[in-house]
Amino acid sequence: MRAAVRLAIAAAALLAIYGLQLGVEAGFTEYVQRIILLAGINVILAVGLNLINGTTGQFSIGHAGFMAVGAYGTAFVGVQLAGPVHAALGSGAFSDALVFNLALLAGALFAGIFGLIVGMPSLRLRGDYLAVVTLGFGEIIRILFNNATFLGSATGYSGDDPSGLPAYTNFFWVFAWVAAIVILIHNLTFSQTGRSLTAIREDEIAAEAMATPTTRLKVTAFAISAATAGIAGGLFAHMQAGVRPEDFRFERSIDMVVMIIVGGLGSISGAILGGIFVAVSLELMRDLQQYRLVLYALLLIVIMIVRPQGLLGARELHHLLRRKKPAKATTPSESA
Amino acid sequence: MSLLELRAVDKIFGGLHAVRGVSFQVERGAIFGLIGPNGAGKTTLFNVITGVYTPEHGQILFDGQNIAGLKPALIAERGVARTFQNIRIFRTMTVAENVMVAGHHLHKASIASAMLRTRAYDRDEQALAKRAHELLEVLGLAELADEVAGSLPYGSQRRLEIARGLMLSPQLLLLDEPAAGMNSQEARTLNEQIRFLRDQLGLTVILVEHNMAVVMNVCETIHVVDHGETIAQGTPAEIKVHPKVLAAYLGEEEPGTEASP
Repeated sequence: MRAAVRLAIAAAALLAIYGLQLGVEAGFTEYVQRIILLAGINVILAVGLNLINGTTGQFSIGHAGFMAVGAYGTAFVGVQLAGPVHAALGSGAFSDALVFNLALLAGALFAGIFGLIVGMPSLRLRGDYLAVVTLGFGEIIRILFNNATFLGSATGYSGDDPSGLPAYTNFFWVFAWVAAIVILIHNLTFSQTGRSLTAIREDEIAAEAMATPTTRLKVTAFAISAATAGIAGGLFAHMQAGVRPEDFRFERSIDMVVMIIVGGLGSISGAILGGIFVAVSLELMRDLQQYRLVLYALLLIVIMIVRPQGLLGARELHHLLRRKKPAKATTPSESA
Repeated sequence: MSLLELRAVDKIFGGLHAVRGVSFQVERGAIFGLIGPNGAGKTTLFNVITGVYTPEHGQILFDGQNIAGLKPALIAERGVARTFQNIRIFRTMTVAENVMVAGHHLHKASIASAMLRTRAYDRDEQALAKRAHELLEVLGLAELADEVAGSLPYGSQRRLEIARGLMLSPQLLLLDEPAAGMNSQEARTLNEQIRFLRDQLGLTVILVEHNMAVVMNVCETIHVVDHGETIAQGTPAEIKVHPKVLAAYLGEEEPGTEASP
């Protein structure tokens, strides 16, 4: 029963996304469409990063590395899969979709494994130290790709076809993944696991005294977060002809952090808004490319002064909408 | 066999011998007081028992097994719950969520089933919420279940910590200054609640407390430490007149003067 209802809802949602795709492709220029896709990819990045930085309170500024692993992993696996799948099912939209989604899952898996490898040693650290270590790992990953000859080294990986990677990424797949990831991360955040993650953020010593397996949960959240970045990377890879190491520089990690800080750390809806905000504002700032980081810094300073908790604080939009007036917190009568 | 036994426990921080050769036994179902002047090592003892610190020497037997040096989460899982002297609630979470955090053993559903919201997950979640509500009722906090924990008054926050600890279904409950910041009415209620925990829930309670009205009223055995060492153990009546205890709290007694704590 439950499964049938869910299946029906999922089918309806996918159909709606497909309908939207037709509208977007008919109504907007290629340029605007590209911004919309980037916004969707940003949303995935921000929602994933928010799980570890916002909900769990473990600050990572190296997620570009995991995005890179996902991008390369998806592109590479996609190229390997394309031959056999096309041989078996013939070429067409269905086999392309199959190849793409399998490759995305593989990319997410690789990124998740890298998340485990990076997370296990670094999550013993807290605060600034963790941030520095994740930053370092992010750079190490990029430099690994920079030197991986079978992935094209610094010129990047574009498959065997001279015309580059196939353009699998379109509105439908980006937003189908956005929907799936937002729902999964939302469910995780508002579950017993999510409560434990929040407890770790609030007071790790108390969480441990309440039998919370803090290290295991932190590493798990980090790996899930890395896997989400991997999906975003895979979608990003197939928007262009190839994947290059320089697409995943330190600045991209900063982009992600800005998204969740602008939206409000710890809020999923905030991360969604922040992801869209950064995609749009980056385009508006295109002419000032090299001053982008200056503008970011200014933006962050302004936010810290005017609204330090971000657009939404730690709250969720749907909670704000159906919020009842909070009863006065202090009740003087406290007899048990 | 006693539920908790400390055997010659030492805890050293650099040059500071915070706990020196402390031994005591806490019987099942006891309400056991641990007192001493400020800096005597009471909270350090709690931290050693709960695994925050590893003792340099000695054994800590809980239910017959040495737990010295185990991680705090493992000790908690075995049935040792605690509260903190400087309240450590999860401030941005609601009162009910605070309690539910400690309910892992009731929530076996995997992360995947949480993400997919399976039936098994919903069932566990409901069981957990129900149990949390029961415990909040025991501590008189049920009406505040949906309040943000950080907004509660001090006394309620302390009781929330107790409710959260109970969620572990512990055998042993360590209360670190539960009456601090409570008025005398609240402290009386606390006395009743501590007895309720022992009589109705079968808990063994160890209490660190400066409020003598609470300690002398509710504890059956009191263990006194000073400068990290045991100076006395006995019933409240014995402790009240014990010369070493009086000396520790009030300074050396001069001959001929009368003093009581």
